[in-house]
Amino acid sequence: MTALDRVTGYRPQQRHLPMLATLSLLVGAYVYGASQYTAFGSGQVVFNLFINYSWLLVVAVGMTFVILTGGIDLSVGSVVALSTVLSAELLGERGWPAPVVIVVVLAVGLLLGTGMGALIHYFEIQPFIATLVGLFFARGLCLTISTEAPSIDNAFFTTVAQTQVPLPGDSHVSISVLIALAVVGLAAYLLHHTRFGRTVYAVGGSESSAVLMGLKVARTKVSVYALSGFCSALGGLLLVFYKLSGDPLSAIGTELDAIAAVVIGGTILSGGSGYVLGTVLGVLVLGMIQTLIDFDGTLSSWWTKIVIGGLLFAFIVLQRVIARR
Amino acid sequence: MTKHRLFWPVAALLALLLVDLVAKPSFFKIELRDGHLYGSLIDILRLGAPLILVGIGMTLVVATRGIDLSVGSVVAISGALACLHLSGLPDQDAVGGTVAAIGMALGLCLALGAWNGFLVSVLGIQPIIATLILMVAGRGIAQLITDGQIITITSAPFRALGSGYLFLLPVSILIAMAVFVLSTLLVRKSALGLLLEAVGGNPEAGRLSGLRSGRLTWLVYVFAGLCAGVAGLMIAANTPGADANHAGLWIELDAILALTIGGTKLTGGRFSLGGTVIGALLIQTLTTTVYTLGIPDTATLLVKALVVLLVCLVQSPVFRARVRRRRRPPVSPAEPARAVEVSA
Amino acid sequence: MTDPRAILEMTGIRKEFPGVVALDGVDFRMFPGEVHALMGENGAGKSTLIKTLTGVHGIDAGTIVLGGEPVAFAGPSQAQRAGVSTVYQEVNLLPNLSVAENIFIGREPRRFGRIDWKATRRRAEVLLEGLDLHLDVSAELGTQSIAVRQMVAIARALDVSARVLVLDEPTSSLDAGEVERLLKVVRTLRDEGMAVLFVSHFIDQVFAVADRMTVLRNGKLVGEYRTEDITPVDLVTKMIGKELEALEDIEEATHRHSGGEVFLQADGLTRKGAIAPFSLEIRSGEVVGLAGLLGSGRTELARLLFGADHADGGTLRVDGKPVSMRTPRNGMEHRVAYCSEDRKTEGLVEELTVRENIVLALQAARGWTRPLSRRRQDELAARYIDALDIRPAAPEALVRDLSGGNQQKVLLARWLITEPRLLILDEPTRGIDIGAKTEIQRLVATLSDDGVAVLFISAELEEVLRLSHRVVVLRDREVVAQRDNEALTADEIMAVIAEGSPA
Repeated sequence: MTALDRVTGYRPQQRHLPMLATLSLLVGAYVYGASQYTAFGSGQVVFNLFINYSWLLVVAVGMTFVILTGGIDLSVGSVVALSTVLSAELLGERGWPAPVVIVVVLAVGLLLGTGMGALIHYFEIQPFIATLVGLFFARGLCLTISTEAPSIDNAFFTTVAQTQVPLPGDSHVSISVLIALAVVGLAAYLLHHTRFGRTVYAVGGSESSAVLMGLKVARTKVSVYALSGFCSALGGLLLVFYKLSGDPLSAIGTELDAIAAVVIGGTILSGGSGYVLGTVLGVLVLGMIQTLIDFDGTLSSWWTKIVIGGLLFAFIVLQRVIARR
Repeated sequence: MTKHRLFWPVAALLALLLVDLVAKPSFFKIELRDGHLYGSLIDILRLGAPLILVGIGMTLVVATRGIDLSVGSVVAISGALACLHLSGLPDQDAVGGTVAAIGMALGLCLALGAWNGFLVSVLGIQPIIATLILMVAGRGIAQLITDGQIITITSAPFRALGSGYLFLLPVSILIAMAVFVLSTLLVRKSALGLLLEAVGGNPEAGRLSGLRSGRLTWLVYVFAGLCAGVAGLMIAANTPGADANHAGLWIELDAILALTIGGTKLTGGRFSLGGTVIGALLIQTLTTTVYTLGIPDTATLLVKALVVLLVCLVQSPVFRARVRRRRRPPVSPAEPARAVEVSA
Repeated sequence: MTDPRAILEMTGIRKEFPGVVALDGVDFRMFPGEVHALMGENGAGKSTLIKTLTGVHGIDAGTIVLGGEPVAFAGPSQAQRAGVSTVYQEVNLLPNLSVAENIFIGREPRRFGRIDWKATRRRAEVLLEGLDLHLDVSAELGTQSIAVRQMVAIARALDVSARVLVLDEPTSSLDAGEVERLLKVVRTLRDEGMAVLFVSHFIDQVFAVADRMTVLRNGKLVGEYRTEDITPVDLVTKMIGKELEALEDIEEATHRHSGGEVFLQADGLTRKGAIAPFSLEIRSGEVVGLAGLLGSGRTELARLLFGADHADGGTLRVDGKPVSMRTPRNGMEHRVAYCSEDRKTEGLVEELTVRENIVLALQAARGWTRPLSRRRQDELAARYIDALDIRPAAPEALVRDLSGGNQQKVLLARWLITEPRLLILDEPTRGIDIGAKTEIQRLVATLSDDGVAVLFISAELEEVLRLSHRVVVLRDREVVAQRDNEALTADEIMAVIAEGSPA
């Protein structure tokens, strides 16, 4: 950086460009919405985005770790569903206390993730196949446990679900939002301020270099899948708080939403470059598109998918253009 | 014999059939009724046909080190467009209109395949991301075509694609087998198979040998689109109607599993269309077996995950090496301890 | 040869890979405050020796003593902790992370488990300033020049408080100014008492910086010399060696080229960073040898003539007509064939069969819609398996399972069936056994008699002299001499290679 650059002020680093593009897109969509519909302008629309998508945010954060190492996790949607079903089963049928259920659900997610990570690292099964097996396995477990979608009336869960955290300006968020934001903060801290996080980037940058530099590659690779499993389980719990039911057919296709959010947030699928903050923006963009379409009322929901597909295309081309320079 | 590439897939298929035979001998009963063959085995063939088709297209894509995640969406689009056209016909049983509907649907699928091929071979986008775009957007497009409704159809000639019979056998499996035979002839009698394997096996060596890999890559994505299109018609004909939400859901994953089981590696190179067909039949047999054995059909996915995991592990060189090492009698007391530590 | 002053002593090192003995009883030692150059041609065992030292490969026999203690490293990280740091040729760093991180990753200064970025950056700045490098250490490494990356890699190695620093071909991608700077750093480190292992194929640089040299050839130790006791010509002679083979019949057959029509003519052909502008004529039936050390631009020159890379300057004519060689297909259209030196990554498709690999280029040229019939394929495969004596004589064997020499012959067969008018052979005899070598040399002579032009690249001067009608000498990515092979001796060529000036 020359002195001149410092005087003229902020010049975005190239690696921040995709994220800035997403941010401008998000702001643009919001401004457009606010200009079209008066109700859109209220801050609560933004907070609702967080309320509705806090569970997806947590899942996408886990996915970000995996993708940063250059891997992929297809199992997240099924693990989310498994968590909801497991919660409903243990709370309702078995009558276990809420804290125990929460611990069990998170432990199951962690265990599944670790298992897939071990298959990938120690048996050299491709991430795509290993997590595909995980996808079928977890969804299969869901259906084995229950084919119905019982509602949950556990006192603790309903309290958490219904508590509104007031914010200035007559707005409010849910406890899930706070949990999701804490996860985001923790993830950002892990990625940027710990050796584990930096090794995640290193593995994605060049696995062979990372090995030659003496980094703990094996442990890191298994850990990211474990972390993704854990985040999916936590995301599942947040979904339970949101819907208060355990549905074995919920969260189908979540893996695609999570991958799309991560890519739209500027993380490169081949690994090594991206930010959790980008993922947050990616999830918000997905939510914003859905909200706009809802507000319009005449547009059908499938436009969401088409627009997301178009956005994916635009961002991938953008990334390539940046990478080529 | 275990060296043969199709040994493990075939063994797994036979083992599964053996389970059926022991558990329920009537599984193998095939009856002649109304000039058609009936029975569980026939069902497996009939219901497995779309997966076989998609698997064949996917196998060629994977041979070039690619992957096509969009086939499920293409299945939905194909069915949606054909049904939309059919439902608008004054006489759905008219052969001309049916052929037009099929032609339109397949034409669109060719175009969608070409789009994927363009992204991969011209723009140079990683196949998994390139096809993710159409996977996500495609379902939206299918819903756009059907306007979010389930379009039911009555066209008899069209329905024959999914549930009709010809020469005692289901039309769908005849079509799938025809595609299998034709594509096998195409890749093995022309030089296509060899060139695809060279592109996927060692891209740089291929380039230096004068291969035009861009064109070949494009071609396989177009072919995968076409195969998915035909599968989509079959699924729609069997329904009968277009369900943009559920038609072809997860079929790309099943297809990838089928070819993995069949011994084609996701890293490209050598491929086996026969292996994919066996893999697809294995997956379909698994579903039918679970149903036949009276295991609640909800367990299908669980059983599928475990069987696939087993087949993948058996085919993983690292896993085999570890099993062999453990079986070997310890040379010294320190030896087994170290082996455990390494694999832990 | 035990010397108490030595920081590192490797004795009787032996390393085998399936089918190859890469190192055979090699001794190597290093002293603190000395730069020690490890010399040898491609395949001599330099890289393997380095990798046994840095823990990438285990050894099959021998001992490694570091600072008086016997050691056996299970991996690079162990070696690093013991004080052996390596900067690899391809600079194994992480382009997606910052300069400072690349120096410290895995060992970042921490406070309560949190990485102390301020301290990281400060220490990185101090370290790099010690190497006379002033830059923004928070910049991404990928945006920096190769020279800077090289320095960063050295800084990383130094911070591990290395006692032994291994520099594996650190200068291969640097320009003259950058090289000068790097050598200065190496001297500074030496003066501070570090033992530096320096591998380079640039003879000048080695003589400019090394105190001691060890020469390897074919996995064996040739000797250890102090720099003042050896001349460049001696060194090259020792690296290349003399081969005592009875091949007089071939030798007799060559050197008498009557001179066919000019087939290919290059004028000022060049590619930036690969080869300086050169002019070259190749006649039908002529064997042109390319001599020069590894990295001198031999391969780069050859690739331009085939279209494997495209030139960014100069003209190329075939049969007197200007042509453009932008892709290998262009080369093939003009009936130029190129056997790459890197059989594994650029030549063979290992999981395919011998037959399939043999017909690949011909089939690619015909396109997939015009297949060679299976009978024709079998015929071609059988004929060339027989003609080149490919073993096992099984067209359906997988190429992966063949030995190096037989793999080479498969690659040769692939191009011979395309009936080329110019055949470029890049190191066709490297790493293969003596029998196969002789057969390939005979084949070159036969092809030449049949009017095929051959561009023959080899690190072995004996071989080049034996086969070629004309020898082109390269040095530092530049053509420095072209000689008719009449009364030309290996010593003359060595002098050109070593000193650059046409002797």
